Amino acid sequence: MSNKLLVSTRKGLFTLGQSAPHQWNIQSSAFLGDSVTLAIVDPRSGHSYAALNHGHFGVKLHRKTNVKPDWHEISTPTYPDFPDEREPDRCPMRGIEIPWKLELIWALVPGGADQPGRLWCGTLPGGLFRSDDHGDNWTLVQSLWDVPERAKWMGGGYDYPGIHSICVDPRNSSHITVAISCGGVWETTDDGASWSLIGQGLRNDYLPPDQAFDPVAQDPHIMVQCPSSPDHLWIQHHNGIFKSVDGGKSFAEIQEAGPSVFGFAAAVHPQNPDTAWFVPAIKDEQRIPVNGKLVVTRTRDGGESFEALSEGLPQTHAYDLVYRHALAIDESGHQLAMGSTTGNLWTTKNHGDIWTIASSTLPPIHSVSYF
Amino acid sequence: MPKVSFTSNLRRHVDCPEQVVAASTVAEALDLVFSQHPRLKGYVLDDQGSLHRHMAILVNGQAIRDRKQFAQPVEDHDEIFIMQALSGG
Repeated sequence: MSNKLLVSTRKGLFTLGQSAPHQWNIQSSAFLGDSVTLAIVDPRSGHSYAALNHGHFGVKLHRKTNVKPDWHEISTPTYPDFPDEREPDRCPMRGIEIPWKLELIWALVPGGADQPGRLWCGTLPGGLFRSDDHGDNWTLVQSLWDVPERAKWMGGGYDYPGIHSICVDPRNSSHITVAISCGGVWETTDDGASWSLIGQGLRNDYLPPDQAFDPVAQDPHIMVQCPSSPDHLWIQHHNGIFKSVDGGKSFAEIQEAGPSVFGFAAAVHPQNPDTAWFVPAIKDEQRIPVNGKLVVTRTRDGGESFEALSEGLPQTHAYDLVYRHALAIDESGHQLAMGSTTGNLWTTKNHGDIWTIASSTLPPIHSVSYF
Repeated sequence: MPKVSFTSNLRRHVDCPEQVVAASTVAEALDLVFSQHPRLKGYVLDDQGSLHRHMAILVNGQAIRDRKQFAQPVEDHDEIFIMQALSGG
């Protein structure tokens, strides 16, 4: 089982370790005062990566390695020069200009085991980037940026579209599936040379009825892939929970899932694709736990039924929201960790049956990952 | 020669000493500074070469409006100050 956690927050990055079976302690911190939007450890190289958003000073990417164990800045993904005489891209819904520059690093994912230096990076305003040298250099995946359907991509939670989910098929590193808010689910089977819009069955109920099933108009909040059954994908969508058993080509909507089907986070058991977790909230604008009771919903039968897990979680006046990257599961499938907008961090060692608070004093939590 | 200086908030992230540069425009001044401190460029300009949305450049205390070309002329003893465009409390 993993015994360390990287917790990215609005005010720094924290590394937690286990001092006792149910006790997690902050062992180190970095970038105190700065907004860390994502952090991961690449299990292939052991390198750590942290994405920062300085606001005034832009988006930065830092790395540390066994050879250089202090965090140091590396290059960030850079959009190519805006073409002369091209009209600016505009959001199809609001008409606002979509910037042609890096706004946020929203996904950072290692490539396959056969691609040692490969990293994938999803960004706002919708560019997917690739590195083959552990982040020293980045290239925009022009083939996805140039799909005509990008004209229909639009902002969801942010003003601009963005790629938050990148799933690399463990059976075939050239098969990558990404989810875009808002732009649907896209797949490549040739390592990014060409892309197909998939995701039939996803439904966006805030659109006019005749557009609700348009695959490019979908607002997935997060998409997760079962490593042992990669054709099984779960999506926590703005409109609810969806499941695919055919690699994302089609999805079935889950109509009932405890207090609410709305939320941001999702996790799937690494060995059992029918077991998945979600953190429900009141749809749409309120985005707080239903009745002030924080629960995690869990299905063990592929979405046929859900349990609301509450032991160890606050059941009165809880206003925690769990962002899309702030629910993590380790490779064993026993441990999960969850961080909230109010700086609470919980862990469980028993699939969510019982949660234990690890910290209640952290800054607002953006993401959580095991290593 | 014009003097270029930076908000102290930047020094937490990147080396940016005050400098006097042989430049006749803000663009030339920035180019000279960035050539000596390459990391600094990404903290001031975005990846398209424009001033970051919430940054400002002042020449002798007046914010310049050209946020991309930086063509404004500068003369000896002018002071170019690069700062955060702070607002609110």
